[in-house]
Order: sequence, then structure tokens, then C-alpha cells
Amino acid sequence: MLREFTCIMCPQGCDIQAELEGNKVISISGNKCPRGKEYVTQEIKNPMRNIATSVLVDGGELPLASVRLTKPVPKDCIFPVMAEIKKVRLAAPVQEGDVVISHVLGLDSDVIATKTVGVR
Amino acid sequence: MRQTDAVIIGGGPAGLAAAIELRRKGIEDILILEREKKPGGILRQCIHDGFGLTRFGETLSGPEYASRFVRRAQELDIPCMTDTTVLEVTPDRRVYASSSEGLLEIQAKAVILAMGCRERTRGAISIPGTRPAGVYTAGVAQAYINLKNKMVGKRVVILGSGDIGMIMARRMTLEGAKVLGVFEIQPYPSGLPRNVEQCLNDYQIPLYLSHSVTEIRGRDRLESVVVSQVDEHLSPIPGTEKEYACDTLILSVGLIPENELTWMAGAKEDLGTRGPVVDEHYQTTVPGIFAAGNVLHVHDLVDFVSLEAEALADGAARFIQEGALPACPLTVKGDSLVGQLIPGRCSGQEDVTISFRVRRPLKNCSIEVCQGEKVIRRVRKPKALPAEMIQISLKAEELNPNEDLEVKVVC
Repeated sequence: MLREFTCIMCPQGCDIQAELEGNKVISISGNKCPRGKEYVTQEIKNPMRNIATSVLVDGGELPLASVRLTKPVPKDCIFPVMAEIKKVRLAAPVQEGDVVISHVLGLDSDVIATKTVGVR
Repeated sequence: MRQTDAVIIGGGPAGLAAAIELRRKGIEDILILEREKKPGGILRQCIHDGFGLTRFGETLSGPEYASRFVRRAQELDIPCMTDTTVLEVTPDRRVYASSSEGLLEIQAKAVILAMGCRERTRGAISIPGTRPAGVYTAGVAQAYINLKNKMVGKRVVILGSGDIGMIMARRMTLEGAKVLGVFEIQPYPSGLPRNVEQCLNDYQIPLYLSHSVTEIRGRDRLESVVVSQVDEHLSPIPGTEKEYACDTLILSVGLIPENELTWMAGAKEDLGTRGPVVDEHYQTTVPGIFAAGNVLHVHDLVDFVSLEAEALADGAARFIQEGALPACPLTVKGDSLVGQLIPGRCSGQEDVTISFRVRRPLKNCSIEVCQGEKVIRRVRKPKALPAEMIQISLKAEELNPNEDLEVKVVC
């Protein structure tokens, strides 16, 4: 089966054509680097995505600290992970890099703060 | 009056990178003036990841990318005055600013313009209809949600497929809003293909090309928008109107370099980029006044903003140390398929990097840099999109110092 992909690994966004047989990549073209093949291989097996959002901070100079995941998670976990992150309330100060949730939902990914928020 | 070597207007990615690089080149007396409470610029609200892949080889969020530069500037003890708004820049490089310390008057040897850009608004694209609440530019909605914890709406229509618009479509979906669709007047997306994929397709948000919002309805709060298909001249086609009930309209319809100070200083405008005309040293037509980043031309990636500001610092440091830069008598022009070309002038005697965008999506084309009849560089492009900035770096020895340059696209 032939399938087309837009690679999201970098801003080049290569148009990739891949010949697939079940979960196997038979041939691939259009990718400018090896990450394109990694992307397609992952995409047909189990698409993974990173997400970014914010958590509430009590007593901070800003009301929110932005967060992201240290590694992408399966696409169908995005909304459950969002729900977990929404439960969190941090107290200032927050440091960039602080682990907000370790192994969110038991996945191999941590939620980390991406912004330092000082005390108000 | 206070005297400094370099005043940098704007503490975003361009201003910070220029400051750090100037210091590395031995310029001690630097002052950054920043309008907001903290340095970092627009990156502070761009919490999504994807920044820094070119520069750092890893994918960071906007705040993390900014903080690497903020920390470096702090380690180097480069002063940054925040809450400080520059009011005027004169052609002889005097800078007037309003700060918590009162009015500042500074005489600089070099002024570096790094004010970034601003969004086009509803007024700029003249959408007919009423004037209810609920119409936001994408960046304003992003600031409300990511900085102020204020959700802007529940049922959302997005006009324009710029990157920020698509990123906000995803962001609002993650926050529980229903995004009904992204409507783009052009027959192609104006943002990067990866954002169509990861911001729209991933969340089943439809993208309607050759469509535009032709009426805004609602008294106090937005109640609906009317969307029409457009023809090849981008005019609405009668009979294709469709009404979408919504409480929020997000506009992602382009960015314009923010250059009021630049024009006050007497710099000449480039009608292609809407920023100042600069030479290969990023010097404007006013000696000693330099510009880089989105104030010069709108970039697709912040990594290139940082690089451009560092290249600017080269020229600015030389100007401060030597009092002048070599003349740039050659013009650099593009053909009808080339837009947003930087720089407008070059010396023909030093290395030069040319940045531009194609005006419409192209497949299997060649880009040629020519001097007269001679093609000095040819780059083959299987795919070229207006969403992506293209850069070509030329070595001094490739150039003829007596002939103007032209960038041509051959299909």
C-alpha cells in the first residue's frame, strides 16, 4: 500500500511517500534525512506526539507556568495527559526544568516546567 | 546625556542575540531597552515546542529558547532596562525612552533595531459586519491563554492559516474549545506543512483553502461569521456563503514589521518586506543604525532570527570600532516570483547571505543568483513554499564587485 506523510520532525516538513506492508516500511522516498524514516515507522505503529500547556501557580509573579513533556506520548493519550496536568497546582517559586509530574499516567515521559515563575 | 556604544531596542530573540554577540566581539558598553516587564519577547507566550532544532539540535519550547539567551546576557552582565518604551530615535543615533527612572536620553555610537513585528488586525483586512467582542488576533488570544490564564471562547473559527493561527487551533482544542475550521483565502496554507499536520490534522480540524470570512455578526458578543469561497482573484463568489455559529473569531492573517521608530530615524523602507532597506551588514540607509529579526522581515523560525542578529553584531561591532563600514554600491533584487528579499544592497567584496521567500508554492524549480548574464549560484528545489524562508550564502570570491545581483526563480 502506498501512503503519503508530512514529516513533523523538523520545520522542513518533507512530503514522504512510503510503500507499506502492514506495519512494515518496504520503501520510502521524499525524506531528506533518516528522521523521516523513523517518523513513518513510528507513525504506522503508534503515532507519538508532544504537547505543551500550562499549570496554575499560587503566589507567583505570573498566574501560570508553561509545561511540556520530556518525550512524546501516544497520540491517543493526549487528552488523558491534559486532564492529569489540569489537576496540578504549583506553589511559587517554580524553576524551569522542575518535574511537575513524573511518568505521567505511567508513561515514559515527565511533565516539566518550561518557565521560571518567581514569588509575587 | 548618557553615552553608550550600542543601544539595542527590544529584548526579544533578536536583541538578546545581538547583545551577546556584540559583547563577544569586545563591545563593552551595551544597553538593551525592553518595553515589557521581562526580556524574551514573543517567545514568552509561545509555549509549544519546536524551537531550537537548528541552533541547539534539540526541540525546546519558546520560553526555554528565550531563557538560554536571557541567562547568557545576564552572565555577561549586559544591562537590560525593562518597562522602558523607546519614544524616538534620531538620525544621529540619539535614543529617547520613557522608563520608571523618567525620560532617558542616550547618545549611542550604534543603534540596533530589534522591535519585532505585530499582527495584522481586522481593520487591516476590512471584514464587513458588526463590532462585537470575541474577535482576536491569534497572538492576543495566545497571550490571554498562555500568560493570563483567560480562555477566550468555546466555539471558534480561525481566519488565516498562519503558523500562530494553526498553533492556536490546537491550543484551544486542548483547552476544551471546539474549533470549527481554519479558513484560508489563498489556495495554499500560509504556515508550515508540519503545522497543518500536527496542529490541524491530528485534531481533525478542517482546513478550507480559497475561503474567507465575509461578514461578522453579533451585537455584544460574536454570534456567527459568514464564510465564502473566493475565486482566483481572491474575490468572494456570490452564492457560496455559509454561516457558522461561533463566539470567537481568531485572525492569523499576517505579520508586519514594527518600524515606527525606524522611519522616525529616517531609514528608507523596503516595500517588499515592509521593513527597512539594509545592506549586507544589516545597516539601514542611516549610518550606524542596524536592524535584524522580525523588524527587518518576518521569519519562519526563531533560530534564523538569532543567526541574523549575530551577523548584524559583526557589522555593528566594526562600525563602533572603526567608525564606518565599507560602501555597498550593488543592489540585490528578485524577480516577480521572489519576495521579502534581504539585503537590498551589498558590497560585492565580502561574503553575503541572501534571504527571501517564493511568492507562491513551486515544485521542481531552480533558484539562480545572477550578476548580469552570469549565473553565480544555482540551487535546485524540489519544493518551495511561501511559508519557508530560503537562504543562500555566497562567498566573496564568487562575486563580481562591479555588477548588481538578481535572484531568479526558474520553473
